[in-house]
Amino acid sequence: MSNTEKEPIFSMKNFTLLTGPLNKNNPITVQVLGICSALAVTVKLKPALVMALSVTIVVAVSNLIIAAMRKYIPDRIRIIVQLVVIATLVILVDEFLKAYVFDVSKQLSVFVGLIITNCIIMGRLEAFAMANKPWPSFIDGLGNGFGYGIILVIVAFIRELLGSGTIYGYPVMEKLGVYRTGYENNGMIILPPMALILIGLIIWVQRSRNKELIEN
Amino acid sequence: MENLLNIFIKSIFVDNMIFAFFLGMCSYLAVSKTVKTSIGLGVAVIFVLLITVPVNFLIEKYVLKKGALIWLGERFADVDLSFLTFMIFIAIIAAIVQLVEMIIEKFSPALYNSLGIFLPLIAVNCAILGASLFMQEREYNNVIEATVFGVGSGVGWLLAIVGIAAIREKMRYSNVPAPLRGLGITFILTGLMAIAFMGFMGINL
Repeated sequence: MSNTEKEPIFSMKNFTLLTGPLNKNNPITVQVLGICSALAVTVKLKPALVMALSVTIVVAVSNLIIAAMRKYIPDRIRIIVQLVVIATLVILVDEFLKAYVFDVSKQLSVFVGLIITNCIIMGRLEAFAMANKPWPSFIDGLGNGFGYGIILVIVAFIRELLGSGTIYGYPVMEKLGVYRTGYENNGMIILPPMALILIGLIIWVQRSRNKELIEN
Repeated sequence: MENLLNIFIKSIFVDNMIFAFFLGMCSYLAVSKTVKTSIGLGVAVIFVLLITVPVNFLIEKYVLKKGALIWLGERFADVDLSFLTFMIFIAIIAAIVQLVEMIIEKFSPALYNSLGIFLPLIAVNCAILGASLFMQEREYNNVIEATVFGVGSGVGWLLAIVGIAAIREKMRYSNVPAPLRGLGITFILTGLMAIAFMGFMGINL
C-alpha cells in the first residue's frame, strides 16, 4: 500500500492508530473521554449514527488542522486556539445537519454544540496532535472517532431494540410477532440511567476479555 | 418568587446535569475519588456557572439573537448572528474562567490553592457550555431567571459528584468483580443514583 519509500501512507504504525481505539484504547471505555455528550443521544440508532459521524469528522479534521499548525501555536494560549478551531468545525457540522437532516438535528438539540467540549477532541489534540505530524494525527482522529462511534452504536442498538422494538426505525419485534407471545417493550431502557448501566456492562465484558485493562 | 424557586429546584433535582443529561461526566469520573477534592471542583463549577450563564444570557439577548442589535440603530434590525452562538459562548467561558482564575489568585490565595488545578479544567467542562446552551434553548425571560438556573445546575452537579465520591470512598472496602473495578462500577452506580433521582420527575412547585 506504500506510495513513498520514506514514509508509507498506510504503515503498520498508522494502522495501529486506526484500530487501537476500537478496542484496547477505546476513547469511552478505556481513556474515559467524551462520555458527556455520548449517552443522551443513544435512545435511537439514527441520532447515534449521525452523532458518531459528526464527532469523527470534527475530531479528524481538527486533529489535522492543529497538527499542521502545532509549531506556530504559543503554548500559553493553545487552549483558546484549539477551541476556536473546534468551534468553527462544529458550527459547520451544525449548519450542515440543520440543512440536510433537520429532524435528527432537532433530536440532538444542544448535543451538537456540546461536541465542542467533548473531551475526546480536546484530549486527542493535547495528547496526540500537538506532538505529531498531520497525517498520523488525522488517522488518530479517525480511529478515535470510530472507537467512540462503535460504543454509541452498540448502546443505541440495544436501547432501540429492547426499548422501542425497532432497529433503525424498522419494527423488528412486530414483524417477528413476539408481541403476540405477551412480550412488551421495556420502557425503562429508554430512560437516561440505563445508558450508564449499559456502558458499565460493556466495560465489564471488555475488561474480562482483556485482562490487562483491569484496574486495581 | 415562586417561579424562581421552581426553576431552582427543577434545575437541581429534575434536570440534574449529570443524571438527566450526562453533562460534565469527564471531570465527574476523573475527580470523584475523594470527597474533599470533589467538593472543591463542585464549588468551582457553581462559581463559574454563576458568572457565565447570566453573561451569556445578556450576550444572547443583546447581540446574537435575530434583531437583537436593534439598539445600535434601525439598520441593524435584520442582523442575525445566531450562527456564531457556539463560538461566542465558548470564547466567553474560556475568557471568564481565565479572569476568575486571575482574580482569585490575586485576592484569595488560599481559595486559589484549593481550587487552582480545577479552574483551567472547567473551561472544557461540558456542564458549563451545556448550561449556557440549555439556557438559550429554554428561553428564560430575564437575567435573574437565567442566573438562578445557572446556580441550580451547579448545585445539582455538586450534589452528584459529592454523592458518588462518598460512595467510591466506601467502595474500597467492598469486593467488586475484578473487570468491573474502577470505571465500570462507577458507571453502574451513577446509573442507580440516576434512577433514584428520577423519583423527583414531574415536581412542580
